[in-house]
Amino acid sequence: MAGQIPLVDYLVLDGDEPHLVAQECTNCGARFFDRRNACANCFATDFKTVPIATEGTVRAFTIVAFAAPGIPTPFVAAVVDCGGTQVRANLVNVEPDAEHVHDGMKVRLATQSIGTDSEGTEAIGFGFEPVG
Amino acid sequence: MSASDEVWILGIQMTKFGKHPDLDTVDLAARATTGALSDAGVTMADIGVLTAGNLMNASASIGQQLQKQIGQTGIPVYNVANACATGATALRTAIMAVKAGEVDYGLAVGVEKLSGAGLLGGGGTKKKDADTWTPAGRYGAVAPIDGRIGTETMPGVFAQIGTEYGHKYGGTSFELFAKISEKNHAHSTLNPLASYQKRFTLEQIMNDVMIAYPNTRPMCSANCDGAAAAVVCNGETLKSLSLEQRRRAVKVSASVLTTDPYEEGCQVLPNVNTLTRKAATIAYEQAGVGPSELDLVELHDCFATAELVHYDNLMLCDEGGAAEFFSSGATWRDGSTPVNVSGGLQSKGHPIAATGIANVWEICHHLRGEAGDRQIQNAKVGLAHVIGLGSACGVHILERSAA
Repeated sequence: MAGQIPLVDYLVLDGDEPHLVAQECTNCGARFFDRRNACANCFATDFKTVPIATEGTVRAFTIVAFAAPGIPTPFVAAVVDCGGTQVRANLVNVEPDAEHVHDGMKVRLATQSIGTDSEGTEAIGFGFEPVG
Repeated sequence: MSASDEVWILGIQMTKFGKHPDLDTVDLAARATTGALSDAGVTMADIGVLTAGNLMNASASIGQQLQKQIGQTGIPVYNVANACATGATALRTAIMAVKAGEVDYGLAVGVEKLSGAGLLGGGGTKKKDADTWTPAGRYGAVAPIDGRIGTETMPGVFAQIGTEYGHKYGGTSFELFAKISEKNHAHSTLNPLASYQKRFTLEQIMNDVMIAYPNTRPMCSANCDGAAAAVVCNGETLKSLSLEQRRRAVKVSASVLTTDPYEEGCQVLPNVNTLTRKAATIAYEQAGVGPSELDLVELHDCFATAELVHYDNLMLCDEGGAAEFFSSGATWRDGSTPVNVSGGLQSKGHPIAATGIANVWEICHHLRGEAGDRQIQNAKVGLAHVIGLGSACGVHILERSAA
C-alpha cells in the first residue's frame, strides 16, 4: 500500500503543514519527544500532545565530517530553539561549511523523503532550512 | 571533623597511557593496582573493598578478574560503570566505604583498552533499515536517526556544547577553541606518561583533519590504553602509619558525584553544564575552598570545546567569561589557574575508565612535589573533574598533607 510514514512519530505529516509535536507535562509544562513513563522534572504522569513552532533559531551546531559507517557526510547537526522548546535536527538546504552556518540563524522546518520500502511506502524525514 | 571522618589517598598510580599491544586489560589493571598498593605501603591483605571500572567490558567483572591475578582475599568487589566518569565513580565508591567506617582501606581501579577504537558514540542505537518501514523504540523511528536527526558521535555532541556556549555568551571562534588545544599539547611535552608529547602550532591544529567543526583531530581526546588505581584510608588509620606515609598522603577534601538535573533541552543535547556546576558548588562547600584558591585543575577536556565551558562550570571565571579568561593566559601552566598541565585528554589520552583516577593522580603528583619538570611550584590544593555523558560528573578536591 503506497503512502507516507514519518521517520519518527513526533513528526506529523499534516498535508501542507507538517510539524513536530511534543508530549507536554500537564503539571509543569516540560516537553519531551519520546514515549514517556513520567515527567523528568516533576514526576507527574499526565501528558498532552502539543504542536511545536515550525520556525526557530539555531542555538548550537556542528558540521560533522566523520560519522558512523553508512551515514553520509558532511552534514550539519544542530539544536534549534523553536519558541523556547529545544529541537534536535539536521540543518538542510544549506552549504555545510562555517561560512554558511552559524548560531543564531533563523530556520524553518522542512521535510524530505528518505526512501521507499518494498510496499511502496515513502518515509519522510525532517530538517531545518534557512529562512529567506 | 574528626580524623575518622577524613579520607586520604595513601597511594596512587597510573600506567603510561598509549598503545600497550602486549598487555591485556587485567595486566594494565594489575600494574596500576600493585603500583598503588606499593606506593601506599600496604598489601591486598589490608584492603577491605575493591571498586573497579572497565567501561568497554562492563559486564566482565574486571574486579574479580583482577583479584584472581593479584590476590583473592574474599573482600567485596563493586564493578562500576558510569561512562567517562567510571574511574571517578570507582574512587568515590571506595571513599564512601571508608567514610561509612566499614573498611580501613579501599582500593579503586579504572582500566581501558581503547587503542584504535575510532569514533565513539555513533551508531549505538543503529538498526538495519528494514524491508518495510516499521516504527520502533521510544521515538517510533522507522530508520536509524543518527545522522538524520542530528549526531550521536562524541566530537559532534561536544562541538555543539561549545557552539552553544558561544551562542549564549559570545566571544568564541574556531581559533579560540584551537588555542585551547595548542595549550594542552604544549603542556603534554613535559609529561612522560602522556600518549602524545608533541607540541603543535595553532596553524597545524586548525589545518588538521576536521572531525566535527570546530573540533579537528588534535582537538579530540586520544583513544589509548591505560589504567590508574588508588588506595584510600581514613584519618584515624593514617595516624597509625609512618611519617613518610603521612607526609605523602593526600587529603580528599571533597568527593562529589552528580547526575544532570532536569532543564529544558537536556534530553535533546546533553547538558554538561548543570551537573558540573552542581558538583563544583557542593565540592567547594565540602572542602571550604574557593576556586581562586586552586593551584591547579585537571578538567575533562574530551574535546577542546568542552574545556572552555568547564572553566565557567567550575567557576574558575565569571559566568559567561570563559573565552576572556582563557585569552588572558590564566589556564597555561604559568597562569593564575593552570588547567590540564598533564596535557589533558587531548594529548595524555582518554582510556575511559582510567581517566577519573588518572586526573586525581596528576593532582596528587603535584601536591606531593613529585611532578618533576612539570611541577607546579608549592601546589597545596587542586581539583580533578570528569564528565561521563548520560550523564555523570565527578569532582574531587585534594589537599597537600601538613605532616
